[in-house]
Amino acid sequence: MIDFTEEQIERYSRHIILPEVGAEGQSKLLESKVFMIGAGGLGSPVAYYLAAAGVGTIGIADADVVDMSNLQRQIIHNQDRVGIPKVESARETIQSLNPDVKVNTYNYRIDADNVREIVREYDLIIDGCDNFPTRFLVNDACFFERKPLISGAMFRFEGQVATFKPHSSKEAPCYRCLYPEPPPAGLVPSCSEAGILGALAGAVGTIQAVEAIKELLGIGDSLAGRLMVFDALRMEWKKLKLHKDPACPLCGEHATITELITYEQACELQLGHS
Amino acid sequence: MQIQLNGETRETTAETLQQLVAELGLEARTIAIELNREVAPRSRWSETPVRDNDRIEIVHMIGGG
Repeated sequence: MIDFTEEQIERYSRHIILPEVGAEGQSKLLESKVFMIGAGGLGSPVAYYLAAAGVGTIGIADADVVDMSNLQRQIIHNQDRVGIPKVESARETIQSLNPDVKVNTYNYRIDADNVREIVREYDLIIDGCDNFPTRFLVNDACFFERKPLISGAMFRFEGQVATFKPHSSKEAPCYRCLYPEPPPAGLVPSCSEAGILGALAGAVGTIQAVEAIKELLGIGDSLAGRLMVFDALRMEWKKLKLHKDPACPLCGEHATITELITYEQACELQLGHS
Repeated sequence: MQIQLNGETRETTAETLQQLVAELGLEARTIAIELNREVAPRSRWSETPVRDNDRIEIVHMIGGG
């Protein structure tokens, strides 16, 4: 266990007094490594809360620079950072919040050639990207590398969060058990093409952050095998039970996917990760 | 027969989830189907019966972040 400094004991006191966390759990968080795909709407609250919680290493991948139109929801950035890489902006915010956190930045698009090596270095992966090719790539990489994946997505007034740990048991589903392949081009719009209620990103991203911290600590009930669906207009959360699809092309009984697949971008507007 | 689809009562002649997707004119690749609080595995839609008073929710694939 880590020897806490006095400042750390004070900083993390509200965690340490929780019996479910304690000094041991806080120590575990400080030694944990989380990789996030996307420093956008979902990545902003995720990075903020993981940093505040003292997750020791946070890796962030995003190829984009901060744009004025991001600031309506991507709260880890600010007006002074417009034009600079999102990963650099996120690093600055995180380090001014909590210097205990080491930030690794990946200022490029993750692809089939680099994703497995990166994922391998981390304990847990959080997907908050803005395009389907990356979602499938990350799911497959996490399956091959046996890493837990907390996936979040949003659109207009709706959010979805699920944890995938297909390596953990024979019954545990992966993202492809839910959606087997990317949608045909143009059929499912992305954030860059359609509106999104900014604060929705906070509601969905913080659920991802809470689940990430629980997974790292091994406390409570994992969201694995469940899909949370949030309808902001009706202010309703639903939790659906997922099943492994025996015919899943990735984790099913007769899997056909044995290596990473590069899908074409469905939309040329989707250049970055968020 | 009557089902509860996304919270609303609907008449259907579909006998399976596969037939229901066709009846609704939905693109199968972009949805998941929740039948009585559990998501039905896609490969079994053609053999999963739709029964009177079933509660069915269509979940749409979304990808924004």
